[in-house]
Amino acid sequence: MKKLEYPFDEGQVRALKAGDAVSLSGLVHTGRDKFHKFFADGGKILVDFRDGALYHCGPVCVADGASGWRVVSAGPTTSVRENPYEPAFIESSGVRIIIGKGGMDAATLAAMKRCGCVYVQAVGGAGALYAASVKRVAGVDLLEEFGAAEACWHFEVEDFRGVVAMDAHGNSLFAEVAAESRAKFDIISQS
Amino acid sequence: MGTVEKIAGLIAETSSSLPKDVEKALAAALRREERGGSAAVVLRTILDNVATARRGGSPLCQDTGTLAFYVDESLRRKVTPAVIKKAVALATKRGALRKNCIDSVSGKSYDDNCADGAPVIHYVDWMEKGCVELVLKGGGSENMSRQYSLPDSALGAGRDLAGVRKCILDAVVKAQGYGCAPGILGVCIGGDRATAYEVAKEQLLRPLGKEGDSADPTLRRLERQVLKDANSLGIGPMGLGGKTILLGVRIASRPRVPASFFVTVAYMCWACRRKVEKLKG
Repeated sequence: MKKLEYPFDEGQVRALKAGDAVSLSGLVHTGRDKFHKFFADGGKILVDFRDGALYHCGPVCVADGASGWRVVSAGPTTSVRENPYEPAFIESSGVRIIIGKGGMDAATLAAMKRCGCVYVQAVGGAGALYAASVKRVAGVDLLEEFGAAEACWHFEVEDFRGVVAMDAHGNSLFAEVAAESRAKFDIISQS
Repeated sequence: MGTVEKIAGLIAETSSSLPKDVEKALAAALRREERGGSAAVVLRTILDNVATARRGGSPLCQDTGTLAFYVDESLRRKVTPAVIKKAVALATKRGALRKNCIDSVSGKSYDDNCADGAPVIHYVDWMEKGCVELVLKGGGSENMSRQYSLPDSALGAGRDLAGVRKCILDAVVKAQGYGCAPGILGVCIGGDRATAYEVAKEQLLRPLGKEGDSADPTLRRLERQVLKDANSLGIGPMGLGGKTILLGVRIASRPRVPASFFVTVAYMCWACRRKVEKLKG
C-alpha cells in the first residue's frame, strides 16, 4: 500500500504504476457532470487544483448543526461521462489524481502522461465506507447552482483507499481487461 | 406506527442493508479470487462497506437510485401513491436517500425525490398478500441495461436460444465493470419493448441461489450456461480482472409477435438493494 498526502508530489505520482494499491490523505474535491460542463463552458473554478485530487462523486451530505456537514455516503460515480472534458481540465488545472470508477479514454490517458496525473479506481457502491474516511467537510462550492449531488465538495480524507488503474506511463488496467474479454467473447460466441 | 412511518422505515432499511442472498454470493465470490489480488481487494472493500452501512444505518451507496415500489394490489387503498410520496420525502429529509430526482427539461432538482412518475409504483397481483417490495437501482447499472432485436447481424445472433445467449454475453462484455460489477442480470426473451424491460426488471426480485432459479428447465439451463460463460471472460469485480463478473442470471420469457424478437437485459449492480415488508395479513 503506497501512502500519498496532499499536496501530491509530481515525482511520487509519476512513479506510480497501474495495479498499485494506494491510500490517500488530505484534501480531495468532488466534481462530476455539471462541474465538468461548467468548466468547459468557461465557468470559473474557485478551487486551486494544482497538485490536488478530483473525485468523481455525488455524495449524500446531511446538514449537521452549527458544525456544517456530515457525509453519510460518498462512493465514486462513473467517470466515462467526463471523457470529453477531462484532458483540458488536467492540462489547465494541474490536478495530480483523479478518483472515480470505470476508467477513462485514451485522450485522458495521454493527458495524464503529459501532465503527470494518475487515475485511482475506487469501488463503486462502497459509499458508506468512503464516507467513513472523510474526517471533515472543509467547505462546498456551487451548491445552490448544481444541487448537493453535483456540487464541488471539499473533503479532508484519511486513508482513502483505491487502486491505480491508469498511470502516468500510458498504462490502463481497463483497456487490458476489455481487450482480453472481447477476445474471449469472440471464442465463446462461436461455440 | 402509521403507514407513512412504516414505509419510511422500509426505505431506510433498503438503502442501508444488502439482502442476505446477495451478501452470501459476494462472500462466495471472494473465496474464489486469488488472495491480495485486485479482485479480492475490491470484494473485501464491498463486504466491509456492507457491514459499515448496516452498522451505521447509512446509505450503502450514495446513488440511492430509482425507487421502484411493487405493492400487492390488496393494499391499493392503504398504500396509495400519496402515502408512498410522503414516506419518500420523509426518508430523504432523514438522509436515507440522496436528493436524486432531476427534472429532465428544466434541470431542477426535486429535493424531496417526488414528482409525476417518481417514485415508480407498480400495483401487482403476483406478490404475497399484504406485502410491499422496494428496489433501489443506481444509475450506473441502469445505464448498462440493453435491448436487442433478433436477428442481429453485427453479432451474428439468430432467432434462437443460441442467439439469445450471444446477446446476453454481448451485454456483459459491453458493460465491463461500469455497472458496478459483479452484477446480476434480469432478462426477458420476447414481449414488446416496454413490457420486456418491466419483466426483465421484475426478474431482479428473484433471490440468488437455487430457490430463485427458473422453474422452466430450458431457461434454468440457459441461466446457468450464461453465468458460467460470463464469469470465464475475466472482466472481474469493477472491471479490474478476476473470476466473477456476475452473481446471478434470471431469465423469463413473454410471447412475441412474428415480426419481433427482443432480448432485453436489465443490469443490476452488486448493490442490489431490495426488501419486502409485510404490512398486514
